[in-house]
Amino acid sequence: MTVATQQQTARIPMKGGARRPRRVRRTFSRLLPLGPALLLLAIFFAGPLIWSAYTAFTNMALSGSATTQFTGLANFRRMFADPAFVKSLELTVVFVIGSAVIGQNLLGMLLALILRGRNRLVRTIVNGVVIGAWVVPEVVAGFAWYAFLYKTGTLNAILGHLGLSQDWLYTMPMLAVILANTWRGTAFSMLVYSAALSDVPPELLEAAAVDGASSWQRLRYVTIPLIRRSIVSNLMLITLQTLASFGLIYVMTGGGPGTASSTTPLYMYQEAFQFYQLGYGTAMALVLLVLGALFSLIYLRLIKLEDS
Amino acid sequence: MQGRRKIVAAAGTLLLGAASLTGCTLSSGSSSGGAKTITVAYQEYGDFTQLNTEMQSLKTQYEKANPGYTVKLEPIQASENDYYTKLTLMNRSGSTAPDVMYEDTFLINSDIQAGYLAPLDSYLSSWSDWSQFTPTAKAAAVGSDGKTYGVPMGTDTRALYYNKTLFKQAGISVPWQPKSWADVLSAAETIKAKLPGVTPINVYSGKGSGEGATMQGLEMLLYGTADQLYDSSTKKWMPSTPGMLASLNFVKQVYTTGLAPDVQDALNPNFGTTVATELLPSSKLAIDLDGSWLPGNWAPTGTKPWPAWSSTLGVAAMPTQNGQAPGSTSMSGGWVLSVGSHSANKQAAFNFVSLAENKENALNYDIIASQIAERTDVAADPKYLSTNPTTGFFTNLVKVTHFRPAYTVYPQISDQIQVAMESVMTGQASPSSAMSTLAQQVNGIAGSSNVASGS
Repeated sequence: MTVATQQQTARIPMKGGARRPRRVRRTFSRLLPLGPALLLLAIFFAGPLIWSAYTAFTNMALSGSATTQFTGLANFRRMFADPAFVKSLELTVVFVIGSAVIGQNLLGMLLALILRGRNRLVRTIVNGVVIGAWVVPEVVAGFAWYAFLYKTGTLNAILGHLGLSQDWLYTMPMLAVILANTWRGTAFSMLVYSAALSDVPPELLEAAAVDGASSWQRLRYVTIPLIRRSIVSNLMLITLQTLASFGLIYVMTGGGPGTASSTTPLYMYQEAFQFYQLGYGTAMALVLLVLGALFSLIYLRLIKLEDS
Repeated sequence: MQGRRKIVAAAGTLLLGAASLTGCTLSSGSSSGGAKTITVAYQEYGDFTQLNTEMQSLKTQYEKANPGYTVKLEPIQASENDYYTKLTLMNRSGSTAPDVMYEDTFLINSDIQAGYLAPLDSYLSSWSDWSQFTPTAKAAAVGSDGKTYGVPMGTDTRALYYNKTLFKQAGISVPWQPKSWADVLSAAETIKAKLPGVTPINVYSGKGSGEGATMQGLEMLLYGTADQLYDSSTKKWMPSTPGMLASLNFVKQVYTTGLAPDVQDALNPNFGTTVATELLPSSKLAIDLDGSWLPGNWAPTGTKPWPAWSSTLGVAAMPTQNGQAPGSTSMSGGWVLSVGSHSANKQAAFNFVSLAENKENALNYDIIASQIAERTDVAADPKYLSTNPTTGFFTNLVKVTHFRPAYTVYPQISDQIQVAMESVMTGQASPSSAMSTLAQQVNGIAGSSNVASGS
């Protein structure tokens, strides 16, 4: 041990001059293959991001002014004094909790649990139907739901006999878009949970059953703790997807009637691209980003990932 | 480990932010190119293909007349609002800015201020055809610096359509020409009383119809009162006037006394299409306050061919509130061709504009696109006047027409007007409280120094 150390320290002064450049060169040669990827990331990912963070603090407009001034926090002050924006944030939170956290997440979990251990035919049919809803393009899905819920649509044709028909997109627009988004996004959660459940060792469940645990207790104390990592990743992914959801709502209600279903992405689109206030719109995007981060923090806090 | 997961979470949220805005931008791989290539940007959308047909023909004519030059057509596939957004995005960079562009008159001031357009005065002064344009047309694209930035391609006017068959059934004599708002309302009341199942009158209202509600609805009323939306002499917005209150009251009256369509239907964003292709052709709507372009829908090539429209429908000018001079009113929009300030060869670009707007081409375009002519020689041409039975009528309305205040904040103020109309039609607010909310919003948008205080 000591001999080895002595030999090493003895060698350093001799080769010291060459050692540093060699390490740099090695690091460089390792990074070189990553170069193109890093460059692309910088241009197409970091670039727009930094640019949009910058424009959030300016009065940049699509038209109407030849120059752009730095306005500091003016956009943010205006935003929180704007009741329509605050309302859009509330609607966004309702939309995310309703369609992602409750709808897609619970329904996906339920489907995955029910399908576990079913025969192949049942699984194939159910998977096919659910994933079918997922592969349909957003705009097509939006239009299908519009046609279903519209005043002279399919649902009213059925309910007409019961005297319940009404224009659902007018009377309960938020519920309509939440249902549509749940319908469309459940497949993703189902797939994530199916994969996670197949990793739960059957011996554990059997052992718990032998110990007299009911099926609810087996779910609560065995299955869920084992798949909690998948739950967190799933929640995060679908939350972020749903927060930015635009096409579905735009096609179904256009944010209306009035502003009754105008979530922040729709309001942002209106301000940035219909009223040409790019700076104000990007400032809203930043707020949306903070909202996404808040959701992620809540998930991480609620579900402890590390074994204590 | 914990720290790393936080980074992953943060990266995920960043992705969301980036996707939410950059996802909407336009990528256009074009460039204005060498001075021998003229790029032309215009709209082509849905059943609006007439301009594209016209441009194809202009390209052939131009290239034949100017050997060595190439015209690069760039039709933008987008609805009106999105078209404008895409065009301004193209204009933001010199490498994508078109040489010639199709511009909406009501937003042209924004683009002039942004420096996207080139003044045309020096070219126009040596263009003999310019004298053929009406004074209103010449004023349509004048910037606040007094220079002209575009040549009008045609305009539109608005008036009342009424169903003659339904009117006769209800015992109202045709031809019908109301002298005041009260006449319009009393005709609608008669229809309501005599013909159940028929919607008496449609006045577009609410956010669903967008600019259609502001222009075909509220402004058709407001500009028939003693007040307007913007006072160009004091340069102030006028959201709070007796005329505005009367207009909102009119909206309230038709929507809350069963004269107008069901509020749920009227708020549908596709209601305009429903009116043109279902309600009017099937005689379920008696009076419709709408635009001069409607007959285009019913032509054999239109979206809803309806040969009998000209014998079924009559047209009447929208009267002023109490019949005060000039007796009737109308609103006009319209589009112009402009030359981009980034254009490398402005003379060649203007040559394209002047070719597009010569008598022959303007006549052809006004006919195929059901435009109201802005050249006096075209307006008098028998071929133009025989386009359809209402062309003469709508062309005459140019004398009493108004244009919208063409300022950058107009789209936002228009949006607030729609909100005010909607709160009145749904009964959420009284006309006076809707008007005070509107005034408050306009103050916030335009700055209180640019808004006239309430009267």
